[in-house]
Amino acid sequence: MTEAMHQILVIEDEPAIRNVLKVLLEAERYRVIEADSALRAEIETRSHKPDLLILDLGLPDGDGQAIIRRVRAWSPVPIIVLSARAMEEQKIAALDGGADDYVTKPFSAPELLARVRAALRRNVRGPEQTSVLKLDTLEIDLAKREARSPAAEIHLTPLEYRVLECLARHLGAIVTQNQLIREVWGPERLGDSRGLRVCIKSLRAKIEPNPHKPRYLVTEAGLGYRLRADEP
Amino acid sequence: MSRTSPMGESRPDPDRLLAHVQAEEARANRGKLRIFFGASAGVGKTFSMLEAARVAKAAGTDVVIGYLEPHGRVDTERLAEGLERLPALAVSYRGIVRQEFDLDAALARRPGILLVDELAHSNLTGGVPQPRHPKRWQDIEELLEAGINVWTTVNVQHLESLNDLVYQTTGVRQSETLPDRVFDEADNIELIDLPADDLLARLQAGKVYVADAATTAVERFFRKPNLMALREIALRRVAERVEAASRALHPERARSRIAGERILVAVGPDDQAEQLVRAGKRMADAMAARWTVVYVETPALLHLSDADRNRRIDVLRLAESLGAETVTLDGPSAAAALLEYAQTRGATRLVVGAPKRRAWKAWIRPSTSTQLVRQARGFDVVVIAPAGGPTPPSLTARPGLQSVPQTVRWERYGWALGVSAMCTVLAFAMYPHFELSNLAMVYLLGVTVAGLRLGRGPSALTAVVNVTAFAFFFVPPRFTFAVSDVQYVITFAAMLTIGLVISTLTANVRRQTSVAGARERRTAMLYAMSRELAVTRGIEEIARVAVRHVAEVFQCSAAVLLPDEKGKLRRPSGAPTERSFRGADLAVAQWVGDHGRRAGLGSDTLPAAPALYVPLGDELRHSGVLAVLPANPRRVLLPEQSHLLDTFAGQIGLAIERARLAEVAQTSSLAAERESLRNTLLASISHDLRTPLAVMAGAASTLAERGEALDAHLRTTLAASIERKAREMSELVSNVLDLTRFQSGQVALLRDWQWLEDLAGAALERLEERLKDHVVEINLPPDLPPVYVDAGLIVQVFANLLDNIAKYTPAGTHGRVTAAVEGHLVRVVVEDEGPGFPPGDPERLFEKFQRGSGESAVAGAGLGLAICRAIVRAHGGEIEARGREGGGARFEFTLPTGEPP
Repeated sequence: MTEAMHQILVIEDEPAIRNVLKVLLEAERYRVIEADSALRAEIETRSHKPDLLILDLGLPDGDGQAIIRRVRAWSPVPIIVLSARAMEEQKIAALDGGADDYVTKPFSAPELLARVRAALRRNVRGPEQTSVLKLDTLEIDLAKREARSPAAEIHLTPLEYRVLECLARHLGAIVTQNQLIREVWGPERLGDSRGLRVCIKSLRAKIEPNPHKPRYLVTEAGLGYRLRADEP
Repeated sequence: MSRTSPMGESRPDPDRLLAHVQAEEARANRGKLRIFFGASAGVGKTFSMLEAARVAKAAGTDVVIGYLEPHGRVDTERLAEGLERLPALAVSYRGIVRQEFDLDAALARRPGILLVDELAHSNLTGGVPQPRHPKRWQDIEELLEAGINVWTTVNVQHLESLNDLVYQTTGVRQSETLPDRVFDEADNIELIDLPADDLLARLQAGKVYVADAATTAVERFFRKPNLMALREIALRRVAERVEAASRALHPERARSRIAGERILVAVGPDDQAEQLVRAGKRMADAMAARWTVVYVETPALLHLSDADRNRRIDVLRLAESLGAETVTLDGPSAAAALLEYAQTRGATRLVVGAPKRRAWKAWIRPSTSTQLVRQARGFDVVVIAPAGGPTPPSLTARPGLQSVPQTVRWERYGWALGVSAMCTVLAFAMYPHFELSNLAMVYLLGVTVAGLRLGRGPSALTAVVNVTAFAFFFVPPRFTFAVSDVQYVITFAAMLTIGLVISTLTANVRRQTSVAGARERRTAMLYAMSRELAVTRGIEEIARVAVRHVAEVFQCSAAVLLPDEKGKLRRPSGAPTERSFRGADLAVAQWVGDHGRRAGLGSDTLPAAPALYVPLGDELRHSGVLAVLPANPRRVLLPEQSHLLDTFAGQIGLAIERARLAEVAQTSSLAAERESLRNTLLASISHDLRTPLAVMAGAASTLAERGEALDAHLRTTLAASIERKAREMSELVSNVLDLTRFQSGQVALLRDWQWLEDLAGAALERLEERLKDHVVEINLPPDLPPVYVDAGLIVQVFANLLDNIAKYTPAGTHGRVTAAVEGHLVRVVVEDEGPGFPPGDPERLFEKFQRGSGESAVAGAGLGLAICRAIVRAHGGEIEARGREGGGARFEFTLPTGEPP
């Protein structure tokens, strides 16, 4: 991470947590901008154009969801949401609304930093990412719709391809169930997760070394799925 | 209607006192009604009213003219100038536009005094826009209730109870009538008196407006004797009112007069009924007595035409509107039923109509009134002579009471012919062996059977065909219709008579049985509903039960509209059934709820509506509105049906009220339980919070003060212990929060179809760090169906169970998650090879603040299993703990499965 200092905007009303985040992130040589309210968040986002937003969903002066909506209206900047465990519905709403990932409070430093790195990596690569996905020894060429593994040739059905492709576009981030259904099956099938679950199960059987203990295609219970690449 | 009970005079009944106070209160908020009352048109009522209005206006009162009849009299119009006038409402009726009083405009304007001419006016029912009430006096009632003072005018001939008397005196029938109650309850009656000569003079001078002055009827009306008689009636009516007022001031005098007087008016289905009711009203008023109108349903009256039955409904309604109680009795004889009722109810006077039977008929069977006069003991019988002249149909049929044509059952006539044919066949078989008279018996038997089973018409047909067949086939000379012996004529006559008598009797018995049966069924249904309501919980469920019963009993679709917290009625939220009435008009229902009065079909308000709206409970505590859309309007319009509906509504109202109270009680007990949980929690948590806090504070302060002095390894150890303790605390706080959320029922499950494997895997991943010294395998059958659960919560269940393995089993031991399908459930097993459960009932573990091994070094407040149980139960499953064979702990829980959509 030496090429350029990434700017991270931390939106959090609790000064202590903000402080911890600042120390933690600056130790990793990120530049940290702070905002303690929805209003400041808006101003800082527009003036500093940060590379990443870390957003606490429970802000006193405004709905975190509203910030996500407003930012997404003009910027694809990655957003990581901080939330308490009991806020499942808000978490789903935030992810569906355009947030890239979430970290549950209380978080551990390695976990948060891993998510931050993954999000920045996605952002740096931008839209022209390589079309070849490498999961350990498995290689998936998304453009050619081919999967190769040293052991055997893997055949993916069109649906499996589209699910995998959708997950790969958000490599390392959560893709919610609704997002997957909307993109692969179409909006009219929203709420019917059966096809998706079957598809995930068969995908795992094909790409995971041990389908019972998935390493790449992991479930975020109640939220969605994440395609996890090994840390470089 | 002031009714004084003969009992309870020594001690005031608190309920009555309360009712009295409430009535006073209602009166205080109610607008005042002032009626300018005259003997006939032309005495100057409107003129006097306007004069008084000008005086009031000059005194600074906010006087507004709501409506003046457009008679175009110059004097009147001049007086009206300078007074604010509400624009009239244009109502179109069959293509003609008429000016009507605009009730809503008046309610919106809210003047101090509102002038509305012609109290007895009938609104254009069926016009567009549809008037709220059929009568103007009902409009005015609503104005008064809204607290607006109203001045109005009325003539004596419009008073309901005087309607007959005026007709008999003048020969002119008024169709627009006004209930006496409205007149009696007016705060102020101003009699506008004009001697007959003066009135005639004014008439000649053209100062009196008469609708179509040329007609002879009007000329006949405005004759001096008529005018004098009307004036007398009007004066007497006002005098009565004055007397009633003085009686109210001196109740002891009143009581001595009316001690126990009770008048019974017996009405039949004939024309005289209406006259009898009015006579009864006058008599009851004069004696200040309670009065009851009784109708006896006898077998003979069961086959009345629809028109007659409808008239009976109207007569009983008229009686109710005049303040009578109405009762329908049934029995074989009207006289006997009346006598018994009069005696049991302690009637002092029985009013009946004069007998109309012809002399010879009366001699065979005396008329009801004659029987009553002969047998009455302990009360007087008053026989009222019929009014002279033909009675015009003054009571118009109510809307929605169209008669249903009786269907003729032609197949029964076919059966009748079949019976005859069978008789003939049988008779042919018997002919060689039996005498002719015995063959006649076979035919007679056939007639009897037809009479018993087929009804009157078909049995008469059987009789005629049988007689003919007998004459043709068997009576010598055979195969001709000629009859040689005169004695067979008697056989024929007897056969015909027996056929008719039996069929008539059977028909009567059957009709009465069916009526009695229907009544009994209704009572049984009321009982059935009360019983079911008594065991039903929850307001919505009560509403559903009520709708089902009401729909069944009244052959209608029905809906119970319940008020929300703000008293606003809403439609039922549950899924509609075939019996639900979905098109209920919420605005009408709201009006009904707010006023505690019926509206819709056949009632005083919006009578032409297809549905009837009945309030549940009274206006102060209205618990909702019952909306009923009957398949046949008569089902709810017949007075006894209408009373039955009220009874049903009362029962439903009580049940809803009860459920509401129960809900309140439950909420408060829930609150109490929450409170006690909070207390236990605080006491128990303090220990579990203090320990990690002490560790964290100690470690943190050491780091802060001695940071440099410590070596790197020690620093890391201290920081790690802070982190671990912080995580434990966080876990504890989450658990406490989860549990309180479950306890208070605030958890909405976010259910979806999930693979158990995913859920268990997610939990395992969450606990990876804690379980790094254990081996946990997830071993689920590949064909396990998905479960319909809240993913986050079930992951929590797995996490808590797996966490127990981390806490209570030694490092290196194995844990296992397995599952199997059991019918509509999936049974999940989480087991380990640890020390197993402590001795005692494993159920205890699921209680709050229970830990496997008492006070120990193992962290946690013992909430984990309690949370698991709450979550599993919320999903409709069950969780239990068992000792594992060969040692170790075993938890089993069930989750619902089923085919995903």
